[in-house]
Amino acid sequence: MNAISSEHPQLRRRAEGAAAKLPPLLARADILANTVLLGEHGRRRSGFGDDFWQYRPVQPGDSYRMIDWRRSARSDAQFVRQKEWQIAQSVSLWVDNAASMEYVSDKALAPKSDRSRLIALAISILLIRAGERVGLAGRALPPKRGDGQIWRLCEALMTNDNSDYGSPEARAMIPNSRALFLSDFLGDWNAVEYALGKAADRGVSGVLLQILDPAEEAFPFQGRAIFESMRAELTHETRKASDLQERYLARLADRKISLKRLARETGWQYECHLTNAPVQNALLWVYRAIERGR
Amino acid sequence: MFGLPIAFSAPWLLLALGVLPILWFLLRAVPPAPIRRRFPGVALLLGLNDEDSVVDRTPWWLLLLRMLAAAAAIIGFAGPVLNPESEDPSDKPLLVVLDGGWASAASWRTDSAALVTVLENAGRSGREAAIVQVTSPNAPQFLPAIATAQTLPKFAPLVWQPTGQNIEALIGNLGDEEFDSLWVSDGLDYEGRHRMLDVLTARGDLQVVQSGSQVSGISDVVFQDGVLKVIAQSSHQDTPEQLVGIIGTDPNGVEIALARGAIRYDSGSQQGVAEFSLPSEIRSRITRIEIEGVETAGATYLTGDRLKRREIGIVTVRDSREGLQLLSPTHYLRQAMVETADVIEGAILDIMPARPDVLVLADISTLAPTEEQSIQDWVEAGGILLRFAGPQMAASDLSRGDEHPLMPVRLRAGGRTVGGAMSWGEPKALAPFSIDSPFYGLQVPEDLRVTAQVLAQPDPNLADRVLAELSDGTPLVTRKIVGQGQVVLFHVTANAEWSGLPLSGLFVQMLDRLAILSAVSETEASVLEGTIWQPIKVLTASGRLEDGLTFPGVAGEALVDDPIGPSLRPGLYHSNDTNRVRNVLAPEDTLDAFEWPADVEVQGLSAPESKDLMGVLLAAALILLMVDTLASLALSGRLQGFGIAASVMAALLIPQGGEAQAQPTNELTDEIALGYVVTGDRELDQLSFNGLFGLSDVLFQRTSVEPVNPIGVNLETDELAFFPFLYWPIATGQPLPSDVAYGKLNRYLRSGGMILFDTRDADVARRGSASPNGRKLQQIARGLDIPALEPVPADHVLTRTFYLLKDFPGRYRGRNVWAEAAPPDAEQVEGMPFRNLNDGVTPVIIGGNDWASAWATNSRGTPLYPVGRGATGERQRELAYRFGINLIMHVLTGNYKSDQVHVPALLDRLGQ
Repeated sequence: MNAISSEHPQLRRRAEGAAAKLPPLLARADILANTVLLGEHGRRRSGFGDDFWQYRPVQPGDSYRMIDWRRSARSDAQFVRQKEWQIAQSVSLWVDNAASMEYVSDKALAPKSDRSRLIALAISILLIRAGERVGLAGRALPPKRGDGQIWRLCEALMTNDNSDYGSPEARAMIPNSRALFLSDFLGDWNAVEYALGKAADRGVSGVLLQILDPAEEAFPFQGRAIFESMRAELTHETRKASDLQERYLARLADRKISLKRLARETGWQYECHLTNAPVQNALLWVYRAIERGR
Repeated sequence: MFGLPIAFSAPWLLLALGVLPILWFLLRAVPPAPIRRRFPGVALLLGLNDEDSVVDRTPWWLLLLRMLAAAAAIIGFAGPVLNPESEDPSDKPLLVVLDGGWASAASWRTDSAALVTVLENAGRSGREAAIVQVTSPNAPQFLPAIATAQTLPKFAPLVWQPTGQNIEALIGNLGDEEFDSLWVSDGLDYEGRHRMLDVLTARGDLQVVQSGSQVSGISDVVFQDGVLKVIAQSSHQDTPEQLVGIIGTDPNGVEIALARGAIRYDSGSQQGVAEFSLPSEIRSRITRIEIEGVETAGATYLTGDRLKRREIGIVTVRDSREGLQLLSPTHYLRQAMVETADVIEGAILDIMPARPDVLVLADISTLAPTEEQSIQDWVEAGGILLRFAGPQMAASDLSRGDEHPLMPVRLRAGGRTVGGAMSWGEPKALAPFSIDSPFYGLQVPEDLRVTAQVLAQPDPNLADRVLAELSDGTPLVTRKIVGQGQVVLFHVTANAEWSGLPLSGLFVQMLDRLAILSAVSETEASVLEGTIWQPIKVLTASGRLEDGLTFPGVAGEALVDDPIGPSLRPGLYHSNDTNRVRNVLAPEDTLDAFEWPADVEVQGLSAPESKDLMGVLLAAALILLMVDTLASLALSGRLQGFGIAASVMAALLIPQGGEAQAQPTNELTDEIALGYVVTGDRELDQLSFNGLFGLSDVLFQRTSVEPVNPIGVNLETDELAFFPFLYWPIATGQPLPSDVAYGKLNRYLRSGGMILFDTRDADVARRGSASPNGRKLQQIARGLDIPALEPVPADHVLTRTFYLLKDFPGRYRGRNVWAEAAPPDAEQVEGMPFRNLNDGVTPVIIGGNDWASAWATNSRGTPLYPVGRGATGERQRELAYRFGINLIMHVLTGNYKSDQVHVPALLDRLGQ
């Protein structure tokens, strides 16, 4: 052990700890991505691309260098080799990394942040495999393609934000691209409205996936209690928590309906996912939703 | 109170019950403390007000629970008592007469408890009372009965029974008042009881209380024809069976019951007998015999030295050689001793716990440090260590430079032989014993000759230590005093190899003179005259032993003849290195019950049970409070955490198994497992495990030996006896085993275990100290009892226990592998392919071929380390496995395959 690392033991341990998290998340995301069996997703027309589409007889106007001589030698006619037209889409991800996502009501469950990162990374893997460009919303990590991007995404997703609730990233949206927002959407409603409005202006359509803990969905509390947000910025005291349940659930339903309405208005799609539900369902839905809009 | 038989010792405390309603309101008013909960959904809660402004109330049943707990505590502290006593009508003074001999000790406690209630009852009706004890007759002092009850603890039973003089003295002290009397009697007849009875009935009413049914005691203990008989007396006929316990010390000196049996009384007889057949080892440990459940001095019998025989331990190192009885170094010793003493044979550490009087080491030179230490401690505490010389001692470095603590003299190297074919001179005779020698006066046989001996270095103190010498003045027997014990060395062997001494009668006489054979001599009563005996331990009336040094000495004849009394107490007496014992009952004594006249009322003493309810109520309050705690936790939703805490507590309570013994020992006895010595080097230990794992696999596939997974053995903590085979890789970093571990290893090697030492350096040093591992092996082996070694000969049984092998490669195709040397007289018989070699398993095999690496596989059977190159390497690995199989077969079957020498003869016979 050298002098530097012994002077900063925490630094090394933290670095190792942080590095140790990456491969498992990536591996889990990879496994998850493999569970989705993809159909064809080409443009189904000839054009510029890598994959073979068809041979067609030479037509007047084709230059000689377009003729596929290997195919033509097998018959009397000349053929031209056409490839399938492919065009890459850009997909921007926004994964809420605020403290509220760290909440977990039961030790058997994963925190919401873990679930959102897993889905985000898995969908990135799927999209990058399909040749799309994936990046993070904002200026931090612009959409790119290739396996290297998966690593960069993975690293970028592991960061945590110190604020209590996250607000969607509305800056630097690429016009006419796609977006995926993963959050619990319990924070500032105006920020969500603003971000989606801006996205609609830019012609960006996308998917909202609200991830909630079962306790947030059910409110199973009773007795005298002081509720605090994860960073204790917001507090609320009640003498009888069981009385609050009905009104809390009504407010939560309101929030969901607002999200759904907002999504419909801006051409987005909305779904709510609980952390105790199978993650494959959410992934499949998200993938189809992105594909549908394409 | 309230029609129930209940009284309170502190009734005013019950007023506190009035506070309970106030407590009710207080508890209702105070809400439970809020819980802080982290909850992101709080953003949605903001602005919501509680509809119901009333606090979540404590439920009524919880309040009731708390009220009950408080009430139970208050009532409990008020001291409720069930069944308080009733009152007594008479008003005369009451005289309580206690017999107070040892026979009343058994029921003394219940008697005095009942007497207290009797006296308290008398006190409530204002009577006076006094207590007298017949065995120590003082004048009665009539005091208010309550005060008298408090003096009761001053009376204690005494170890002698009332005598006529006691009675006279008591009657003289009684004065001339009128009184009622209560006589607490033990039921035994004694001189003057009738007279006492007459006096008491003349003064007033007499009530006799006699609680025990019969009185019994042990009168004699006889050892006859190998059976220990305990003879007991009882005061009544047809006494039911009684349990008797033989008490003695265990090897650690702790008193335990060595045996238990039943005394059976024949119908119509007052004498009962219990018979025990005990091994002499146990018998000599007996210190006393007790009738169980009868706590009196009469029911306790001290045995003293009566049952002891001299105990002699003969250390046998390894008796793997069969036959050759007459050549055995200990044969003549055993013959000389077995008549008069108890002989134990075995390993030193097996013998030492028995604390023998004499320990014989015949031609044993090397001892493990623990063994040496234990012998030395034992000698200093008074043991006699008897050593004999022999070829091994002559060849060893024992006591060569410095005097060994367990040797009387320093020895010259090699010893000497006189009168042999290659030496000058005649065999030497013994010189007559000098007048200082303990052997003085013994006749030396004319024809006794000594042909070889070990020689003492002429040191300044040699002359004082010589007990016998040869005609040329060289010492034959030397002795050194160590602490309270002594070390005696015969400079010749204990068998007839070096001299004719063990064959002669002189040998037995010499042992006798050395106090090695003589048992405790029976002293006659007349011999005791004029001696003074100091009590060491005395018996109390309840049969307990107490320190007796505060009591004055007793004359010898009084000790035998006088009755037990204040000046002669039963117990253990000491005088002049001899112990004697005086018991309460002599062999001829009997116990007789006293027949009360018909007009005397005799009854048992019993007290109505008054029961204190305080503990019950307080416990109930505590339980209610615990229930309340759980219930409030559950109500406020904090019980989830409680479950975790409970499981943590449970985990803490479960005793943690140490990591040392990987499996419980009973599992090890079910299956065979190969063991390896844990060296502390993690990589090396893993290699050992993998190697033995691979070998176990191959054994499983090819042979009927089906070992389970190999087990790492920690020499310091683990039991070795379950492992037939230990693999010990040598690493320079490993620590030397402790003394305890060495003792364990030596025992393991002596009892047939095998250790494979592997220096893993291809034996480049040829077992020398040139390689670090070789040096380490030498250090380790120094404390081990390893016999002479030789390179495994071509006809060793190891070459043919399963496969026919010529060499024993591992990862290295190294040089020699060493095993126990064949006896020098092993010769090849004409027509036989092999010599008949070792009669047993060689305790060690030493080599450096790094076998574990060649054997090592992972769990799927893939070899982990390369061996050689290509097919040759695979062949070498195969041979390594074959060596491993042969080795384990050798360990498990011993010399079975040596019997192959008989195969030609058997085939011959089959052919006919």
